[in-house]
Amino acid sequence: MPLIEIKEVSKVYSLGGAPLNALDKISLEIGRGEFVAIMGPSGSGKSTFMNMLGCLDRPTSGKYILEGVDVSGLDRDELALIRNQKLGFVFQGFNLLSRTSALENVELPLVYSGVPAGQRHERARQSLKTVGLENRLHHHPNQLSGGQQQRVAIARALINDAPIILADEPTGNLDSKTSREIMDLFVRLNTQREITIILVTHESDIAAYSKRVIRFLDGQIVNDGPGGNNA
Amino acid sequence: MINLPSAIKVSARALSVNKMRSALTMLGIIIGVAAVIAMLSVGAGARRQISEQIAGMGSNLIIVLPGGATSGGARMGAGTLPTLSMSDADAILKEAGAVEEVAPILSGIAQVVWGHRNWSTNVLGTTPGILVVRDWPLESGRPFTDQDVKTSTKVCLVGKTIVDNLFEGADPVGQIIRIKNVPFTIIGTLAPKGQSAIGQDQDDTILVPVTTAQKKLFGTTFPGMVRIIMVKAKSGDDLPAAEKQTNDILRQRHHIGPKQDNDFTVRNLTQMMQTAEQAANVMTLLLGAIASVSLLVGGIGIMNIMLVSVTERTREIGIRMAVGARSWDIRTQFLIEALTLSLIGGILGILIGVGGSTALSAIAGWPTLVSALSLILAFCFSGIVGIFFGFYPAYKASLLDPIDALRYE
Ligand SMILES: Nc1ncnc2c1ncn2[C@@H]1O[C@H](COP(=O)(O)OP(=O)(O)OP(=O)(O)O)[C@@H](O)[C@H]1O
Ligand SMILES: [Mg+2]
Repeated sequence: MPLIEIKEVSKVYSLGGAPLNALDKISLEIGRGEFVAIMGPSGSGKSTFMNMLGCLDRPTSGKYILEGVDVSGLDRDELALIRNQKLGFVFQGFNLLSRTSALENVELPLVYSGVPAGQRHERARQSLKTVGLENRLHHHPNQLSGGQQQRVAIARALINDAPIILADEPTGNLDSKTSREIMDLFVRLNTQREITIILVTHESDIAAYSKRVIRFLDGQIVNDGPGGNNA
Repeated sequence: MINLPSAIKVSARALSVNKMRSALTMLGIIIGVAAVIAMLSVGAGARRQISEQIAGMGSNLIIVLPGGATSGGARMGAGTLPTLSMSDADAILKEAGAVEEVAPILSGIAQVVWGHRNWSTNVLGTTPGILVVRDWPLESGRPFTDQDVKTSTKVCLVGKTIVDNLFEGADPVGQIIRIKNVPFTIIGTLAPKGQSAIGQDQDDTILVPVTTAQKKLFGTTFPGMVRIIMVKAKSGDDLPAAEKQTNDILRQRHHIGPKQDNDFTVRNLTQMMQTAEQAANVMTLLLGAIASVSLLVGGIGIMNIMLVSVTERTREIGIRMAVGARSWDIRTQFLIEALTLSLIGGILGILIGVGGSTALSAIAGWPTLVSALSLILAFCFSGIVGIFFGFYPAYKASLLDPIDALRYE
């Protein structure tokens, strides 16, 4: 059984004029432990696809089966539980809570899965250690560099031991050196912890870290082939 | 299930980010709660004062005044014509079965002198019955007797104010004072009673035998004339009967025909006071209702600010939803925030309300009474306001679409 199974998924936006097929009958399977890069021109539907994979958005039609469960039919609270337990998000804009310490940001998913405070702190500390921020626990986002903020976001995505990390242009706001550090981190998580990583990028040197590259164009998959990291 | 401590922490942080805004929002609730507390305490104070007056006046009391409500076609106020006499009082006591005791009274203002001090006071000529009728115990000495009344002895009982002003608090029993230049021996002092319903100092009184007052102090237009007769019924249940019997006896004695109006007026004082108490209750309710309006306005202020807060923090809501917050979690968080605002406002309002009503009684001299019940009520009410007006913004936040919330600029 594949980890993710997408069957004939479409996302249609109808804003006034003609309906816009942001995703056009996409079918796809992603297995456990894969490292997938999604590429394509701006407006080709990459973010739309990621949001749907992340259960933040629902497809207009088609089926999305995650670990054997059809999530297209779940209600909002059931989807929240899936996001909490199975998925970790990393966004281009980091999306950390301001005026909140790194530790508390990382803890956030555990707050919603009802883990007691003591255990939360310990696990958040561990998670921040994994991304190399063990001495920035009490810094607020505005006291951290972009790369450090993205590491906090990754630590947050890791904390619930989710099998999948979804990253929409995680290095889009970072310089090339920091980007490489972040990508090395993803590779390590993928190889050492067998976390499935799906990330969107515009840069081919970032895509080169992946084992599989999927190319989008106008809401459709035009190419699905091996990446540069298939040694 | 979001845990409460972290929800409270988040609320506290959110509220402290906009301290001024939170404070101003709370101000509405503070003013509302303070007003409710102050109004309730004024109302309760008025009610207690009336209750105390009822108790102080003596229970089951009927007062008979001379003069009818109308007389010979012209409306005349009660008490205008002297028509009551000692024998009326005796007859009521003897014939009315529901009556326990009567006290005829002939009173007036008189100058009282002791040594080089003098004092103007209210002198009541009456019978020993007055002490029973008005539930008025003696502090020291002995009461005057029926014998004193019969023989018009020049003895008197003095109230606390007289003791304080003429004798500087020393026991005056056995001393001789001059009332209107007539020497009277003080045989006892009256227990202090405080202010009357109309704010009169009831302790500024001297009691003398009614016959002595008639002959030596105030004079009469006819023998045995008295100004009023106080009647005490045997019990609260006997009051209506006592009232009716008094009325019947006096009509008969004054030879009033079936179609004629009374030349006297019978008033049931307890009933009047109870009516006043009810009026005070209604007033309390009204004041409270008016004050509640400001609490309502405070609640609307909370709702307004919470709506602003939800809009401002749409992105934060999106982030929380993205990592697994359910509708319930988001709703609870904003409800707790609204509740924090309203409860802190409530507590501050209670403090200010209590302080305000203390100040009212200290400065304006109003009787106020802050009851624990009104505090608990005000606290709960501010909580309810917080939940009621916080619910819609919280509900709105909980229904946000995660992706829309995340994308919100
Ligand atoms: N909420 C929306 N309402 C209407 N149209 C939308 C909405 N979100 C996306 N679209 C449209 O769907 C298409 C795909 O958008 P999407 O954000 O997925 O592109 P993308 O591949 O992520 O582009 P980029 O590389 O610039 O991030 C675009 O044409 C966009 O205009
Ligand atoms: Mg995009």
